[in-house]
Amino acid sequence: MSRVQRIGVFVCHCGSNIAATVDVTKVAEMARLEQGVVHAEEYQYMCSEAGQAKIAEAIKEKDLTGIVVCSCSPRMHETTFRNAVERAGINPYMVEIANIREHCSWIHKNKAEGTEKAIILAKAAIAKVNLNAPLKPGESRVTKRALVIGGGIAGIQTALDIAEAGYKVDIVEKTPSIGGRMSQLDKTFPTLDCSACILTPKMVEASAHENIRIFTYSEVEQVSGFVGDFTVDIRKKARSVDMDKCTGCGVCSEKCPAKKNASEFNRGLGNRSAIYTPFAQAIPNVPVIDRENCIKFKTGKCGVCSKVCQAGAVDYEQQDEIITEKYGAIVAATGFDTIKLDDFDEYAYSQSKDVITSLELERVMNAAGPTAGHLERLSDGKAPRNIVFIQCVGSRDCTNRGKPYCSKICCMYTAKHAMLIRDKYPDVKVTVFYIDVRTPGKNFDEFYRRAVEDYGVNYVKGQVGKVAPQPDGSLMVQGVDMLDNKQIRMEADMVVLATAIEPEAGVRKIATMLTASIDNNNFLTEAHPKLRPVESPTAGVFLSGVCQGPKDIPETVAQAGAAAVKAIGLLAKNKLLTNPCTATTDELLCNGCSACENVCPYGAITYEDREVNDHGIREVRRIAAVNNALCQGCGACTVTCPSGAMDLQGFSNRQIIAEVDAICR
Amino acid sequence: MSYGKSQTEEIKEISGVNPYKCMKCGKCSATCPSFDEMDIKPHQFVSYVLNDDAESLVNSKSLWKCLSCFACVERCPRDVKPGKLIDGARQVVVRQRGADYLVPEEIPECLDPELPQQLLVSAFRRYRR
Amino acid sequence: MSIEAKTEFKPKIVAFCCNWCSYAGADLAGSSRLGYPADVKIIRVPCSCRVNPMFILRAFEKGADGVIICGCHPGDCHYSTGNYYARRRMTLLFSMLDYLGIEQGRTRVEWVSAAEGVKFSTTMNEFVEKVTSLGENIRLGDLRCRS
Repeated sequence: MSRVQRIGVFVCHCGSNIAATVDVTKVAEMARLEQGVVHAEEYQYMCSEAGQAKIAEAIKEKDLTGIVVCSCSPRMHETTFRNAVERAGINPYMVEIANIREHCSWIHKNKAEGTEKAIILAKAAIAKVNLNAPLKPGESRVTKRALVIGGGIAGIQTALDIAEAGYKVDIVEKTPSIGGRMSQLDKTFPTLDCSACILTPKMVEASAHENIRIFTYSEVEQVSGFVGDFTVDIRKKARSVDMDKCTGCGVCSEKCPAKKNASEFNRGLGNRSAIYTPFAQAIPNVPVIDRENCIKFKTGKCGVCSKVCQAGAVDYEQQDEIITEKYGAIVAATGFDTIKLDDFDEYAYSQSKDVITSLELERVMNAAGPTAGHLERLSDGKAPRNIVFIQCVGSRDCTNRGKPYCSKICCMYTAKHAMLIRDKYPDVKVTVFYIDVRTPGKNFDEFYRRAVEDYGVNYVKGQVGKVAPQPDGSLMVQGVDMLDNKQIRMEADMVVLATAIEPEAGVRKIATMLTASIDNNNFLTEAHPKLRPVESPTAGVFLSGVCQGPKDIPETVAQAGAAAVKAIGLLAKNKLLTNPCTATTDELLCNGCSACENVCPYGAITYEDREVNDHGIREVRRIAAVNNALCQGCGACTVTCPSGAMDLQGFSNRQIIAEVDAICR
Repeated sequence: MSYGKSQTEEIKEISGVNPYKCMKCGKCSATCPSFDEMDIKPHQFVSYVLNDDAESLVNSKSLWKCLSCFACVERCPRDVKPGKLIDGARQVVVRQRGADYLVPEEIPECLDPELPQQLLVSAFRRYRR
Repeated sequence: MSIEAKTEFKPKIVAFCCNWCSYAGADLAGSSRLGYPADVKIIRVPCSCRVNPMFILRAFEKGADGVIICGCHPGDCHYSTGNYYARRRMTLLFSMLDYLGIEQGRTRVEWVSAAEGVKFSTTMNEFVEKVTSLGENIRLGDLRCRS
């Protein structure tokens, strides 16, 4: 639809930036002759207050409907001129900028050439403005509640920061307790703080905070909606214990006869009963019945826990419950796990109990672990005398077996393990086989050097080719020392593998639910790797912790805070202004083919059955509907549409063709 | 056949290895069963190729001590395949030592319908100059 | 070479630049005063995926001698996937134009990031040179549009 416009053209000298190589007077003159132009003038500095006043004056005097400013790049001053025009009473989207500085005066030395080009650029802008229509940014509401998916240190920290700002937060955690990987650690680098000691206060704070609700043993089932207005279904899995009645006394776990279940918290190294809390400091301190291994659920017999429970909290009839909540912002903090070692036979991980991963070693060294903190071989309980650490198991590996990236935390935690062992057991020989030692953080390199220089850890540059279990129970390790150019064959009692880490299983399902970008390594993608590291390209979704990329605890906490701030920035708004340059459908041309829906990166297009009046024929058709809150205005759908029904406001087909015509005239 | 750069190129071509991918981890040497017998070690094969020093490789003991067990190829995390590199160097030497071990005239006799085309191509690559 | 003063052929080049990367790259080229011929005129689009093959055909029809589309590097698209669509479309379009007898040198897709001012000006210089050597576009030009 074309409107008869009254266009004003304002050509800026920009001091001498433009005027030196472009004859601005001529540009204004030639612009005045274009169709639709009723006013053309030039001025020294259009962006200045005086310059903007001139625009306002011209709008009033000449009753202008559209403005063209020939000046610097729109990336500089488009907003300035839009605001100026809005103050003068016209829709801000009736402004177009012709870039005659960065794209003209600054690069063409020949004044005649520069002027000719500037005139053509002005004509193109005028042709476009002739077809501009007033656009109004939409408004959408903001639910002032945030959802944090994942209850590890990243999720807890983000939730605390959002809650402190005064907004309600829900944490959803799939295991029975919050705490995450950090709760499984013994000591943390570089301070050698006890992990539980620094984590549990935060866990308690989160559970006690009036703005935070925690849903453990729960998973996100479905997400719909968009930024500011998400609707989420959360499945609270049946614990079989009534949370309101349970006092956390622990008698049920003690008396449970089904004791031989591999403890997930102890990475399978120890056992737990069928009714259990994962660890002593669990929050909430309410046990869960593992129905698959519970005698009562398998055979119908037993029921001991219910009998001994003084509070009568055991409830075998409990069912999963699905609750639906609305959120304004969602933060993904799903964390990580170590990779499976099925493809790494050379290390004999599955053949020998004495070959363990670093996370398993954390459990062994932890006083609350399967060996009560004693460093002992898991095969026979004897004290090891020779321990070999192998770095980069499955990291920096571009074959199918491993991950191509560096897992970042392993060099530091191996130095930590080595140092702690040497400190506690000075007679134990510790050897670390490495490729590179990566210790870039604050005090990190000093930490690693202490391990070598003060604690006598033997760092060997080279890898291990094979770990062979011997008949006498020891392990033969064959590796290479590249600096000495010798192959090393040494006996070890225990081998610790620093395995690669990967995002927690199930993150792909979450990413699909959130329509958040995810990369080939299953890390959630950030909106910009440098400048926007905690936001997903999907509006309203933020990233916190290792789910975005491998990182240690200091970085996780820092990023968690950053994600919280971004969420707070969103929640603080009462309404969101949406980008008005969105796609529109001509319902009479749309044939319901779904081509546009498939190319939209934001899932902004859905199909609905709508009644259309096609020149007198009324019928219900399947028409594309664009969600203006989600549409970012990329235009992919407009070109994909085979019927030409899709168009983009602000950059419509007719507008661009008018620009092309003006240039080629 | 001149020594030097063209020989390195030939080795790279025969083996199909991209030596730049090596991250100098040493896993190949750690796995190699013949490590002690070799003068140039497996983890050094790639450096020699990168430094255009095919001559040393070709004249080394390692060339013949390598068992072609390909354990290094299996284990290499960067897919550099050092075993193939030494294999390639060996091929260069074999081809150089003058013989065209495969005479085209002998082929029709050996043919049978089960013979895959690839075998002929591979044989020609290996046993002719 | 003829002695008489011949008017040198100046090609008309239309450049579609995506707002987030290549337009910013062009701005940087300007700020850095890196020159390229004035024959190039830039049209801003939100994403390289906005460029409809019809726009390119229209440009040629109206007398353009060369069209170049600039977008973000694969993987860096502001809208995640836009430049992938652009790449595929343009590959098909240029193949079709080639079949129609429009020389491949008249069209081009180039990925320019916001930090690549030098690349932008170099690309434009090269492109203009190429199109100049190919001469005037007579095949797709609509004679009725000649002024």
